[in-house]
Amino acid sequence: MPLIDLANPTRFLALTQRLLPGLAVATALAFAAGLYLAWFVAPDDYQQGATVKIMFVHVPAAWLGMGIWALMSLSALGTLVWRHPLADVAAKTAAPIGAALTFVCLVTGALWGRPMWGTYWVWDARLTSVLVLFLMYLGVLALWRTVEDPARAGRAAAILTLVGAVNLPIIKFSVDWWNTLHQPASVLRLDGPALHSSIMTPLLVMALAFALLFVTLHVSAMRNEIMRRRVRTLRLMQAGAA
Amino acid sequence: MTALGPHAAFIVAAYAVAALVIVALILWVLADHRTQRRLLADLEARGITRRSERRRTEAA
Amino acid sequence: MGPLGALLLRDMRLSLRVGGGALMGVLFFLIVVTMIPFALGPDLALLQRIGPAILWLGALLASLLALDRLFAADHEDGSLDLILMGRTPLELAVLAKALAHWITTGLPLVVATPVLGLFLNLDLTAVGAVALTLAVGTPALTLIGLIGAALAVVLRRGGLLLPVLVLPLTIPVLIFGVSASNAAIVGPVPFGTPFLVLCALTLMSLVVGPLAAAAALRQGLD
Repeated sequence: MPLIDLANPTRFLALTQRLLPGLAVATALAFAAGLYLAWFVAPDDYQQGATVKIMFVHVPAAWLGMGIWALMSLSALGTLVWRHPLADVAAKTAAPIGAALTFVCLVTGALWGRPMWGTYWVWDARLTSVLVLFLMYLGVLALWRTVEDPARAGRAAAILTLVGAVNLPIIKFSVDWWNTLHQPASVLRLDGPALHSSIMTPLLVMALAFALLFVTLHVSAMRNEIMRRRVRTLRLMQAGAA
Repeated sequence: MTALGPHAAFIVAAYAVAALVIVALILWVLADHRTQRRLLADLEARGITRRSERRRTEAA
Repeated sequence: MGPLGALLLRDMRLSLRVGGGALMGVLFFLIVVTMIPFALGPDLALLQRIGPAILWLGALLASLLALDRLFAADHEDGSLDLILMGRTPLELAVLAKALAHWITTGLPLVVATPVLGLFLNLDLTAVGAVALTLAVGTPALTLIGLIGAALAVVLRRGGLLLPVLVLPLTIPVLIFGVSASNAAIVGPVPFGTPFLVLCALTLMSLVVGPLAAAAALRQGLD
């Protein structure tokens, strides 16, 4: 992440201007390669048939959903410890993208579950943990939407994010425990024996594509947020001058 | 296109939802960018310049 | 009596006197538990089976909803600024406030549990198990809710924001509280396993809650 070194939002804006076209092209290429591999190269699973293709969207979305919370936690540290001006811009703009990808993970999981389990939703440990993660994203978004002053909201959101980061592993552990208590045998294990490379390669390429997509979107959203704050400051100055 | 088997609708739906969400995100970012750029241009046209660069970064 | 003891007594006195709303939580608990048979039907066997879950959910909601005003009143009359400026570590002051809140709101819930257990057709072991798990678990709920209360006062927003932020964090407490109660009643796991995890969660929230709440107050109000 180059964000850490860039103390100055203006220099960050200049850098995004240069980086964004390349990032967008790289994302498009990675998606083209990933989709090609997923649809035309990857074999069907002997048990699940072609529905295994859903995994190539579902799993990268899940990885990013979790990874983005980790990124938000790092930014939260940047906000609270170093009071870095870009840190809460990064945290704020990551939240809606993280929520959207977690939502993709949930919906594709449900659409995968219907043919595999015969129902859209089971209170499976994994799905439930992701649902809780989604709810926590919505909580952070609700917090950002509640308060007008970005600095005040940023610090509060940073504390909530860090508390969430401490709690998420505990929630995961609790839900796993609760799940084994209520459903002894799981029908489908995504993390069973190691995935064959014919599945693994498309999965990794798709994960790369999703990661690039996130970086592109995140950098653009950060640029927008910096501009939004500039507009806000200019307006406040204008109101103060008038 | 490979054969999708009996559950084709679910596979297509999953990819469609993912594509829809991604497109929505991209459109949101682009629209937001356009709005902010217009607002900044408006402010600049009214003579409220960014001479205050230093003060702004401190306040941010 | 040190400053922490004084703060504890002051908060307890404030919540017990007229306008303090100490017993509001237990009243809410009573009403929620009374509503549930109207939704489910008066099937005593069913109520007995899900009784611990109902009592836990009721206690969870009651102890969280009562937290709304924990810091807000102090913020309005300025005493929160005094606490912030004082020489007592803010973490400990916040912990004292949480303790006072638990004694006036959480403890009555534990005491009321046997009565409500009768309504739900729970036998003696079940009532004992639920009361014991609530006695251990409600402090965790108060301490987790403390973070939400601090954020709410920093953001100057009350109402639904607090439960929206805090409820997901209480899921582990709910899981292990209900599991321990059920383990004591029907098994199959021994009571000790989930109960000890519940104790661990309470001890963890004893650290995380005051730290995060104090950080939120310091960051937000300076």
